[in-house]
Amino acid sequence: MSLPTTTLAGPSDAPHAPRVRRGRRPAPSRLLFFAVFLGLPLLVYIVFVVSPFLQAFYYSLTDWKGVSGNADFIGLDNYVRIFTDPVYLKALRNNLLLMIILPTVTITLAFVLAVMVTIGGDTKGEIHGIRGSNIYRVVSFFPYVLPAVVIGILFAFIYSPNGGLLNGLLNLPLRLLNALGADVRLVGTAWLGDPRFALGAIILAVVWSLVGFYMVLFVAAIKAIPSEIIEAARLDGCGRVRLAAQVVLPQIRENVSTAVVYMGIMALDMFVYVSVMTPSGGTARSTEVVSRYLYETAFARSQFGLASAMGVVLALVTMLMAVIVLFGSRSKEDA
Amino acid sequence: MTQAPPLDPAVSAGESGTRRIEPRRPRRSHGDRAFAGVAHIVLVVWTLAVVLPLLWTVYSSFKTSREILTSPFSMPSEWNLDNFITAWTEAGIGRYFVNTLIVVGGALFLVMLLGAMCAYVLARFEFPGRRIIYYGMIAGLTFPIFLAVVPLFFVLMNMGLRGTYIGLILAYVGFALPFTVFFLYAFFRQLPEEIAEAAAIDGAGDFRTFFQIMVPLATPGLMSVTIFNFLGLWNQYLLPVVLNTDEDKYVLAQGLKSLQAQQGYESDWGAMFASVTITILPVLIVYVIFQRQLQGGLGPSTDK
Repeated sequence: MSLPTTTLAGPSDAPHAPRVRRGRRPAPSRLLFFAVFLGLPLLVYIVFVVSPFLQAFYYSLTDWKGVSGNADFIGLDNYVRIFTDPVYLKALRNNLLLMIILPTVTITLAFVLAVMVTIGGDTKGEIHGIRGSNIYRVVSFFPYVLPAVVIGILFAFIYSPNGGLLNGLLNLPLRLLNALGADVRLVGTAWLGDPRFALGAIILAVVWSLVGFYMVLFVAAIKAIPSEIIEAARLDGCGRVRLAAQVVLPQIRENVSTAVVYMGIMALDMFVYVSVMTPSGGTARSTEVVSRYLYETAFARSQFGLASAMGVVLALVTMLMAVIVLFGSRSKEDA
Repeated sequence: MTQAPPLDPAVSAGESGTRRIEPRRPRRSHGDRAFAGVAHIVLVVWTLAVVLPLLWTVYSSFKTSREILTSPFSMPSEWNLDNFITAWTEAGIGRYFVNTLIVVGGALFLVMLLGAMCAYVLARFEFPGRRIIYYGMIAGLTFPIFLAVVPLFFVLMNMGLRGTYIGLILAYVGFALPFTVFFLYAFFRQLPEEIAEAAAIDGAGDFRTFFQIMVPLATPGLMSVTIFNFLGLWNQYLLPVVLNTDEDKYVLAQGLKSLQAQQGYESDWGAMFASVTITILPVLIVYVIFQRQLQGGLGPSTDK
């Protein structure tokens, strides 16, 4: 939901750390100030974010079934159960597949488009993008501001077998052929109902909505590269593809790895897209993901302990992914 | 998708020979023109892929359900606002809209206030535990919401806040705080220290210094964080679905989803398209007005 940054800077990274004068007891007015300014936000944060998060770890070790029922400590039983549950395994596999495919496709496409609008212009003279680059940027960013629910419903329309846009477009040339006397069967696929296509169709919708955002992010990063670096590479006879892959890409490496982490976190969630486009996890659970199955387990079947275990596993995968990407991309240069 | 232009031997070889600075716009080589052609085609195709589905939704919302089902491209037989009226009143989009304004508006105000306060203290004061609080806050950026919702549901229930606007608003605020603090921390950090000192010498207390001096100075930062928080809160789905179970209090995202779920048997496709259009249009207007700030707020160096 939020905006990526370049790097996570520590609190001591700023040049002039302002300090409260030491060696004096803080005045009562300052204590009140701290209580209000730091206390209130922290209270909200701890009650509504930190404590539920920690509770989830505990509940995952119990057989808790809701308010009235007792929560008995059952050790790792829930974990044993989910790892022998074929639906959970299918959901986890889908999440991992999405974690590989979504960032790769989205970020590659975003990078290519960003390179085109920034350094895609003439190879002589000043470095600039191709004409009209601003329009392309403004238009492609727009889907990012639409709520994910709207994206899901929009694409459910598009993929619909009855009057959907996709089949309509695919049938345009076929109808033309039929009008000319050929006898071709029109496409009537229910893209989200067919287990072969459903996950791919959802991936396409997500890519559609997010490419523009990462493209704009990369455009900003590319513009921040000192122009001497790009000019020097050009004088050395570096073509556009090599310039993009060997000069520009390493320069914005940190932005790319942040983008990969954000896309990865999203791919391991996907609750909105999946539950809107394929409400029960798709035909034969073809598009099931952990977050949706977790929701069903908790709020339709009241197995809160079991659901928490599902979430814990996925949260650990998420953090592992983030750590691997962030440290993996850093070590290449610093090591 | 990936266009591989030739490496332009002519351009690179010719370049090293003629080192003079050309005062006019240099002539474009064949390679340049070919590349620009390919790039334009790719970008135009992409732009169309973005715009077409949106245009299609808008004009489909003028069609009757039967027209929608028979052909995706046929023009509406009559251009009227019937579908929009149905969507706004009967389908309840109007009510969902008001609910969303209350929840998102309230949460936005609160998270900006609390976030700015917290970020200011963390950025401008040295005290024991500052680092731990800062990192504890930033760690929240990686907490997956789906893990927290089950206990959160019961936290709110025990406080008697489940199914109330205030409960939902507080949950929104909690999950938007890490992002807000993280960005505003950087903004407050950059503000010159002399100003705060001058204010202190003039006898302004901590509260006045913050509200009358620091907040106005940090306005550009507050603006862009507000816009991104608005988008984030407007986009929330899992939190309201779990915590806001009273249909009268549904936010837009929930309302749209439940409308879509009813489509199976009621199938008023026209009203459904109109509902989606009603949701898209305000965002489109906000986007057109703020698109500069939005894109400027991204990336490290754009506001230099």
